[in-house]
Amino acid sequence: MQLIRCPWCGPREEVEFHYGGQAGVAYPADPAALSDEDWARYVFVRDNPKGRFEERWSHAAGCRRWFTAVRDTATYRFER
Amino acid sequence: MAEQLPEHPDFLWRTPEPKRSYDVVIVGGGGHGLATAHYLAKNHGITNVAVLEKGWLAGGNMARNTTLIRSNYLWDESAAIYEHALQLWEGLEEDLGYPILFSQRGVLNLAHGEQDVRDSVRRVQANRLNGIDAEWLGPDEVAKLCPIVNVSDQIRYPVHGATYQPRAGIAKHDYVAWGFARSADAAGIDLIQDCEVTGFRTDGDRVTGVRTTRGEIACGQVALCAAGHTSVLLDLLGVRAPLQSHPLQALVSELLEPVHPTIVMSNAVHVYVSQAHKGELVMGAGVDAYNGYGQRGAFHIIERQMAAAVELFPVFARAHLLRTWGGIVDVTPDASPIVGHTPYANVYLNCGWGTGGFKATPGLGWCLADTLAHARPHPFLAPFALDRFVTGALVDEHGAAAVAH
Repeated sequence: MQLIRCPWCGPREEVEFHYGGQAGVAYPADPAALSDEDWARYVFVRDNPKGRFEERWSHAAGCRRWFTAVRDTATYRFER
Repeated sequence: MAEQLPEHPDFLWRTPEPKRSYDVVIVGGGGHGLATAHYLAKNHGITNVAVLEKGWLAGGNMARNTTLIRSNYLWDESAAIYEHALQLWEGLEEDLGYPILFSQRGVLNLAHGEQDVRDSVRRVQANRLNGIDAEWLGPDEVAKLCPIVNVSDQIRYPVHGATYQPRAGIAKHDYVAWGFARSADAAGIDLIQDCEVTGFRTDGDRVTGVRTTRGEIACGQVALCAAGHTSVLLDLLGVRAPLQSHPLQALVSELLEPVHPTIVMSNAVHVYVSQAHKGELVMGAGVDAYNGYGQRGAFHIIERQMAAAVELFPVFARAHLLRTWGGIVDVTPDASPIVGHTPYANVYLNCGWGTGGFKATPGLGWCLADTLAHARPHPFLAPFALDRFVTGALVDEHGAAAVAH
């Protein structure tokens, strides 16, 4: 099983973690100003690169804290 | 050594050099791309067509699915396209003049709780209103159809009943691909393997050429049929679509005597299983949670899947796992495909079939060929346009089909 490094608990088994998708997706600063297209983009559209991807993970069965990790989606290898 | 080997059997298609220009370029030589090519020639007489495949024909998800075919979807939009496909499956062997081992052995979709039962009965009614064969069966009737299912109330998720679609079935996926490929090739369509698309030449709102590892190819129209790699192509075009690529695994047991007469699916415990013609039990697992392009998944997904399967089918406990593999599925937010126009006037999108694209193969091919021939979405495809994520007209099959297709 793949080990994932939690910044607080160290390397733990993958089953302890919950995947949170793309990192750095900020809530719209001025939601009322958004067009339908903007809302669709915010709600539904995420990057889907083949290769390096910054993403959110939660150590759900451990300290339950969220962190950002960089992983390669082709090799599944974490950068750190 | 080589002289001791028998002659290579006849090839089913040519291996042509790409021409400089085609009326239609289909990117992706899987089931959908090949079916679209077949129907372009057969229904519309359009044969100046190339199918570009970065690997070998039908070596992606077309070779990796669990070959289930059914049309018992909840919503009218889904029912229309999947039932159209099922009706084509029923005549496909004759159409292609090639055996595909289509076996209509029926599918049971199990219900394990009260809400499951309510949803299932609702889906049966919806199917009937759409002219699709569907029945609700109690646990005893489930056991009669498939005696190896554990219908006792002593298991973690007891079987409260099932929906049943008798016309559902399985087909041999490789033969399906080869049948479509052979037919398209015979009509003069070029199937070009080992040809990866690396870019597009654009002129305003049109794509005029496709850059590939085997040179640039000019095109009248482009159809993107690249499944899990669609986002990679769209990134080259600067188009964003709500797709996430995930690994999806499946597995087979060793060859066994016939023990499993039908198809059984359970969305709640994530089991879907049938027995292939040769005798392997074919099972699908769930997707890995993270995005992935690796054509492999984590073992704990298989382990969880096996635990559920053994509880539902105690007889499986002594079967040996023969092999597991993975494909890459492109999943959309509403679990329905995205097909139709893109911001480029002559580029058509066909993606987002997620975990369930195989069953749609002939239906999609028929409708996408019609879409290309008339430069407008076929009526069965119109509801699946990319702009539904802006209008909000989603086709939410999560509740109906859940993640297992």
